[in-house]
Amino acid sequence: MTDPRRIALRPLARILEARQKGENPDAIERENLRLRHEQQRDRLRQRAESRLLVLAICFFAAFTAVGVKMTALASSEAAEPRSATSGSSIISTRADIVDRQGRVLATNLVTNALYVHPHELIDPEAAAAGLAAIFDDLDEATLLRRFSSASRFMWIRGSISPEQQQLVHDLGEPGLLFGPREMRLYPNGAVASHVLGGARFGEQAVNAAEIIGVAGVEAHFDEELRDPARNGEALELSLDLTIQAAVEEVLAGGMTIMNAQGASAVLMDAHTGEVISLASLPDFDPNARPRPLLEGDPSQSPLYNRAVQGVYELGSTYKLFTVAQALEEELVTPQTMIDTQGPLRMAGFSINDFHDYGPRMSVRDVLVQSSNIGTARLAQMIGAERQQQFLGRLGLLEALDFEMIESRQGRPLYPSNWGQLSTMTISYGHGISATQLHLAAAYATMVNGGTLVRPTLQRQAEPQLGERVISEETSMALREMLRAVVAEEEGTANLAEIAGYEVGGKTGSADKPNPNGGYYEDRVIATFASVFPSNDPQYVLVVTLDEPSISVLGETRRTAGWTAVPVAAEVIRRVAPLLGLRPQTVDPELAYSLSSASQ
Amino acid sequence: MRGFLTFLAAVAVVALGYWAYHQNIQTQQALREVERLQRAIVVERERLGVLRAEWAYLNRPDRLRELVDLNFERLNLLPMTPDQFAVMDEVIWRPETPEPLEAEVEDILFSASEGEDTP
Repeated sequence: MTDPRRIALRPLARILEARQKGENPDAIERENLRLRHEQQRDRLRQRAESRLLVLAICFFAAFTAVGVKMTALASSEAAEPRSATSGSSIISTRADIVDRQGRVLATNLVTNALYVHPHELIDPEAAAAGLAAIFDDLDEATLLRRFSSASRFMWIRGSISPEQQQLVHDLGEPGLLFGPREMRLYPNGAVASHVLGGARFGEQAVNAAEIIGVAGVEAHFDEELRDPARNGEALELSLDLTIQAAVEEVLAGGMTIMNAQGASAVLMDAHTGEVISLASLPDFDPNARPRPLLEGDPSQSPLYNRAVQGVYELGSTYKLFTVAQALEEELVTPQTMIDTQGPLRMAGFSINDFHDYGPRMSVRDVLVQSSNIGTARLAQMIGAERQQQFLGRLGLLEALDFEMIESRQGRPLYPSNWGQLSTMTISYGHGISATQLHLAAAYATMVNGGTLVRPTLQRQAEPQLGERVISEETSMALREMLRAVVAEEEGTANLAEIAGYEVGGKTGSADKPNPNGGYYEDRVIATFASVFPSNDPQYVLVVTLDEPSISVLGETRRTAGWTAVPVAAEVIRRVAPLLGLRPQTVDPELAYSLSSASQ
Repeated sequence: MRGFLTFLAAVAVVALGYWAYHQNIQTQQALREVERLQRAIVVERERLGVLRAEWAYLNRPDRLRELVDLNFERLNLLPMTPDQFAVMDEVIWRPETPEPLEAEVEDILFSASEGEDTP
């Protein structure tokens, strides 16, 4: 391809002309060659220049883009690049607590907190007057003084109701502002208050506040309940709300009738260790948790959980453990006769029975009729060291690992020097203290076939098959004896005999220790530890009354047989049908009346 | 030929650029949509939480007990007791023969529908 504008290097016309003039025609060729080179150079330069320009534009555009992006990054708020949105933000901050049937025990409710920007208040006097009218406990003068101070921010209320929010809105004051709050709500009020405990606000900001559990399971499971990885899954407790409410109702009635200071009950599954009901009266509303007592006896406060914190001497209920150990170590059989001639003197201390049972009794009758002397004789046979080991294996000598922070305070008390006399008094539950929950767990271990049970508030799927403490046979013998305590005329708990269910149990009445030393004469802790149905115990119920006294036939009665036992019987009568237990003995007359009624 | 390839490459670059940009915009829109939906879910969850709390509050044992006491005359509700259990064999079942009541009900319905027809 040749350029049409391309000039020939040796154009013939010019060469001929030059030859005629005698010039060198090569000069023409060189001249033309030079011109051609110049043209070529110009073309190349032009092309290079245009390429440079394009390149410059490209670079300019690229650097501008980088610059713009950098400016944008510098002036905008940082955000992580992401390919998906997270779902955790839509879950409320603290998981719900539900009972074993999924009924809500604790949940969160979105409310508002009220705060003030005093410098934005248009009419501080009217605002103070309005707020004082809406909230009873706010004082107009104090509010006004605070509004006129130099502070630019102040909280008025942690959480207010929607009605109150509307009233504050209606004041039309721009300086009154709301911040969203999640509030812990216990819809059932005082029911199960001690178990749930309560919560309070922790760190507060305008748009959120931390909720911290202060007692009970709220405090024990605080970390878990707040864990975002939980994904809002509710915490399922072993409690049953209906049963808890029924137990509390019966207990409150019993406390009134028996003129008691306080009452508590633990209902526990004997195989799984699940605590189905744990009640302590007087109780409180966890939505408005009272302040702890700063002075005086903490056990006077409604916050005090008698079943978990209350370390008491539990009296004759401990006789079961002595008899169990004596049977287990094959020292005696239920029929072995024991010397019960009283009083039994030991190191300047004399052990007496409630009344004289005669010179000899069988081991079974020692338990059924609750002979201190007989039990002390059994303890003498066992010895201090082995007794201590046995009670230790039952978990009666250390605080329980229970899912409530209060349980750490329920540390059993026992003599540091476990001598011969201590052995004898401990055998019938004196000189050793533990909580009601300890007792319930130990009774469950005794009657469920002999394997150790730890009480728990978490839902269990299957029986705890703990360490074996006593043999199956011993457990069966104990069940028979516990049944006799209730079923026999001489038994100390014959008031617990109720139609339909075979109840077994053991009473215990212990004098309350006087803080000034010694024991009170007329104040007792009456305990009834029961198991039902006694032939194959499913549940253990321990009822304790604090300082009960009832006048029967013109005589003041304080012992458990007259006080704790009837209350426990009523609890079982109410609760056993709710637990789905079929009555074991169907009264034929009753069945007839039922069927004729349905006709 | 070379010019055509260059052109093709340029078109491809533009098309891919458009596609990438489009995907980016779509992703951002989807994320915004997800966020909007999540905000809506938060609102709904809060409502659900309030309703559940209200349900639990209205069904609290103390209130139910009070209501049962107040309406005792009409409902006659009492706590469940062991004697309310019975053995199935002892329940006398309703006879299998049709009830005279059913015929009565039919009569009433019949007369009622007739009554509707007449003005």
